[in-house]
Amino acid sequence: MIDTIKRISGVNPRKCMKCGKCTASCPAFERMQFHPHQFVDMVENGRIHELMNSEGIDFCLSCFACVERCPRNVEPAKVIEAVRLAVVRQQGGAHLTPDEIPALLDDELPQQAITAAFRKYRK
Amino acid sequence: MTYSYFPGCTLKTKGKDLDIWGRASAEALGFTLEELPDWQCCGAVYPMAKDEIATRLSSVRALMAAGEKGQDLVTLCSACHHVIKRVNNDLRTDETIRDKVARYLKLETPYAGETNVRHYLEVLRDKIGFDVLKEKVVNPLTGRKIGAYYGCMLLRPASEMGFDDPENPTILEDFIRAIGAEPVIYARRNECCGGYCTIKDKGFATKQVDAIMENARNCGAEELITACPLCLYNLKENATDGLPVAYFTELLAEALGVKEAAK
Repeated sequence: MIDTIKRISGVNPRKCMKCGKCTASCPAFERMQFHPHQFVDMVENGRIHELMNSEGIDFCLSCFACVERCPRNVEPAKVIEAVRLAVVRQQGGAHLTPDEIPALLDDELPQQAITAAFRKYRK
Repeated sequence: MTYSYFPGCTLKTKGKDLDIWGRASAEALGFTLEELPDWQCCGAVYPMAKDEIATRLSSVRALMAAGEKGQDLVTLCSACHHVIKRVNNDLRTDETIRDKVARYLKLETPYAGETNVRHYLEVLRDKIGFDVLKEKVVNPLTGRKIGAYYGCMLLRPASEMGFDDPENPTILEDFIRAIGAEPVIYARRNECCGGYCTIKDKGFATKQVDAIMENARNCGAEELITACPLCLYNLKENATDGLPVAYFTELLAEALGVKEAAK
């Protein structure tokens, strides 16, 4: 599993020097049970199932603040993306289904939001 | 000058004002946006996973179609710009992705990222010039205090986007000056609006945009501009007490007198 996450993300978690700048930059900090720097550390230490079951994987905004500000170019967002994919690629693993969409729509919601959510929350 | 143009899903529907005024202003400034005939949705989010190939293909098709015409590819939507520019970078730098894409699309010569991707704002800055834009303004927006809201996708990661300084950008402020208004600089102009997470939790987006609005207002902004339909939505619909928000192309059209002419 560690190798799968490393392969999908292309991230080498051992480059991390645990400065926490990613977590300090993260706008979704409060919604992440495990913060970006912990994601990197837990992947390195094989605690992937804990990450897969955490709510935080749905709240990474892909804003790339952690990627931009990392002094070691670790790219934490790619690790979070890889863990989320490991979940939503499973049969029955989708975090959003088409049935849920009508209730979420309003007159102004752009198509972009639905497209993005489908790309992030299901396969 | 004619550019290939990729409008994207939202600019034909909820984000029409970004598209219409962008095209009309382009004509007034002496360049044409020629819409690609068979463009497909970019997917709205960049596929970060290295093993995602199918989700990169619509971008590659658009890039190749522009390349065949010998044109640069111009985008207006921040998300389209982000996705297409980064996929182009993948094709330029990642041999495995390039090879897999070539096999998916049955290309005799693999596409290696030859097409240039430009955001409309980059065309204004790098091809037209903000000084020339300033000369063409007929209705300067004198006295208006405008905060530029950049969001995430135009700026980050700067190593791939090459758009502007990711922490202290100036392109939208220079644009605001060129159309005769006063730019208001505030710290949260490059902080995330909440993006697609509004689908999961509107309250989360509200918290994000309220902090942005409070910061912009305290710094003296009376209105905000953006290049992203999802930012516009979050800023307008999810803010508790928001400032007015418009697409930058609406103000451009207003300053160029294009909006009045259309009435």
